[in-house]
Formats: sequence, structure tokens, C-alpha cells
Amino acid sequence: MFDDQQPIYRQIADQIRQDILGGRLEEEEQVMSTNQYAAFYRINPATAQKAFQNLVDDGVLYKKRGIGMFVQAGARAKLQEEHRASFFGQRLDPILTEARVIGISAADLIAYISLKQGKDSGQ
Amino acid sequence: MNIEIRNIHQRFGDTIALNDLSLSIEGTKIIGLLGRNGSGKSTLLNIIAGFRKPTSGKVLMDGEPVFENGRITERLALIREVGDTVEDSEKVEEALRYAAYLRPNWNDERARYLLDRFEVSLKSKISSLSRGRRSALGIALGLAAQADLTMLDETYLGLDAPSRYLFYDELLQDYMNQPRTFILSSHLIEEIARFLEDIVIIDHGKLMFHGNTEQFVSQGAAVTGNAADVDRFVVGKKVIGERQLGRTKSAMVYGEINIGFLEQASTDGLDVESLGVQDLFVYLTQPKDE
Repeated sequence: MFDDQQPIYRQIADQIRQDILGGRLEEEEQVMSTNQYAAFYRINPATAQKAFQNLVDDGVLYKKRGIGMFVQAGARAKLQEEHRASFFGQRLDPILTEARVIGISAADLIAYISLKQGKDSGQ
Repeated sequence: MNIEIRNIHQRFGDTIALNDLSLSIEGTKIIGLLGRNGSGKSTLLNIIAGFRKPTSGKVLMDGEPVFENGRITERLALIREVGDTVEDSEKVEEALRYAAYLRPNWNDERARYLLDRFEVSLKSKISSLSRGRRSALGIALGLAAQADLTMLDETYLGLDAPSRYLFYDELLQDYMNQPRTFILSSHLIEEIARFLEDIVIIDHGKLMFHGNTEQFVSQGAAVTGNAADVDRFVVGKKVIGERQLGRTKSAMVYGEINIGFLEQASTDGLDVESLGVQDLFVYLTQPKDE
């Protein structure tokens, strides 16, 4: 469920970010409690707490006293922008490096992307 | 709740089981006590529980000595390998009655629920229980005691994997419903690491590490690449293990892994990977060659 390379709290925070980006968590929707996360993933509640704190600090979640954690309004657009900023450097560069190593040309890549994008927009 | 372990020495004849061990435990946490066989884990837990007076040094709970102090020891529960606080000739339900008498915060409903989940019959004779069921009885008695400090010393022995996961789930539930301190000793580090907030490592009777689990993990890394590059990179760093495959070498490094470290490794074309709790523990405590 988790890989060893990232602290678990960060993996949980990233998962919640992905849930918001993918629409599985709506803005102003309540997030499961730290105890529910802890029980589900069999992790220490302090770890779940730390993930939530991380998201509060980043302005993704906010706390309603006595009720729980909620997704901040505008969180999705904010996350999209952040992920767009890191998409080319962090996601695409390693793929381009791999393509070069195995001998896939830029033209092949562009042709594949056009084909995929064409298909998606044609649906 | 606070536990002060002060300069504990324990000798058994010529053997030094614990060597000037000091440790302070505060707040409500799930703590993992890790150490190899014979490292002194069980001796330490017995001393904390007041079952044994150390050769020298003392243990205080909220400022009061634990040894021969009934007011304090009723707030502690130590569950050892085979739930040995109960008589073999008794039935399980008699063990519950005895625990209810001894334990000020005894939760009988919780005990019966746990025994039911672990499929231990109240009518069974304790002597007739399998090793796994005896462990389950120990766990039920330990959790239902609702003590301020609950110590579970390798209580997983004999439990199959589904029962162990049941134990972890119930332990977490207990901790969340009623936050208190748990100390867990186990060799199944990989299984329990995720819910340990803190880790205590003892090696050869001495304290090797006490601190936050994430902090512990962040101090260990495997640096992998061309052997000559790796050798150059680790100069001046604490190397706790090495593995080599042809020209590729991994050096396990223990210490502060900061941005400078990662950037240097990246510049040198080396891969840096986290070791995880179990591997880091293994490298730190493995027998040295010399």
C-alpha cells in the first residue's frame, strides 16, 4: 500500500491531493477523520494527523472546530496549478530520458501524443 | 503518565544484561521496543513492570518507584509470551474473574469481545489452549486491563497472520478510543513499524536509539552506483553495511541525510534509497566482522 521511499504522512497527504484533483473529494466536503484513516491504513493516528496538518498548512484542508477537516474552497484549482508547474520537470523529464535510452524519437512521441489526444477529444 | 528509567544495570552472574540504561517515556504513544534476541528487551520490560529489582538503578512512574509498589503496579500491565500470569489448571473465564479482581480499570465486555474475535472459548482450560490461543488470551487480558502503561512482550508468538492483523487492528482501536501508552516488543518489525510513533532500540544491553520512527528512518539510506564513486562519496560518513554486485555497490549510510547529501549523490550519479525501519535496524545491530 505504501512504498518505503516517502514518509507515510506524505503519501497520505498526496493521496488526498489526488482525490481532490480527481474529483473523489469535493470542495467543502468533509474528509474522513484521522482515526478512520489510521484504522484503514493500520498506521499511527499521529501519522494521519501529520498528513492533515501538512494539507492545512498548504491551504488544501481547513478545520471546523469540533466537527473535522474539510476541503478548502478553491483547493482543486490551486492543486491543478501546482501540479502543472511540476508536471514537465518531475513527471515528463524522466519519461523523455527513458525514451532516449531505448531509442524512441521525438517524432514518435509527438505522433503518439497526437493520436491519443485526438482519440480523447473525439469521444 | 511518565516513566523514568534511571541508570539501570542488570547482571546475571557474569553476564551484563542491561548496561547503564536510561530512558524517559512521556505522553500517550505506541512505542516499539526493538532488539535482537538476548539484547535485554524482556529484562527491561520485567524491570519496568516491577517484576524484578535491577542490580542497580531504578524505574519511576509519575515520580514513584515501581518496585514493590502496588499503587503503581496496578496501573501497569505486562503481557509476556504466554500469558503466564494465569494458572494452567484454570478455565479462561476464571482468568477473567481474577483479572477483574486485580485490575482497577478492567473492561470485561472488551475482554469477552476480544476472546470471541480470537475464537478462544471461555470454557476452555488454559492448559488445553494452543500457543496461538494462549497468546490471544494474553492480548485480551492485556488490552482489557486498560492500564496506563501496557507492555506486550512478543505476544504475537504463535499467532497466524490473520490473527496478528486482528491484534494490530484491535490495538489501534484501543489506543484511539482511550489514548494511553503501549510498549510493543516484536521481531516482526515490518508488520508493526507503521503504527509505532516512537522506537526504542536496545543492543547488547545498551540504548542505541530512542525517538520518533520517521526520524529514525530518515537517518538511514542505501547509496548505490559505480563502486569507486560510492567509495569516494562515503568518505567521512558512517557506513553500517555494504553489498556489491559486479561493479555496482550499495553502501548503507547512517546519519543525517540532508539536501546537501542528496544533491552531492545526484551530482555523482548515485541513487539514494531509504532503508526502511527493518533494514536499518538489521544493519545497525548485525554482528560485526571483527
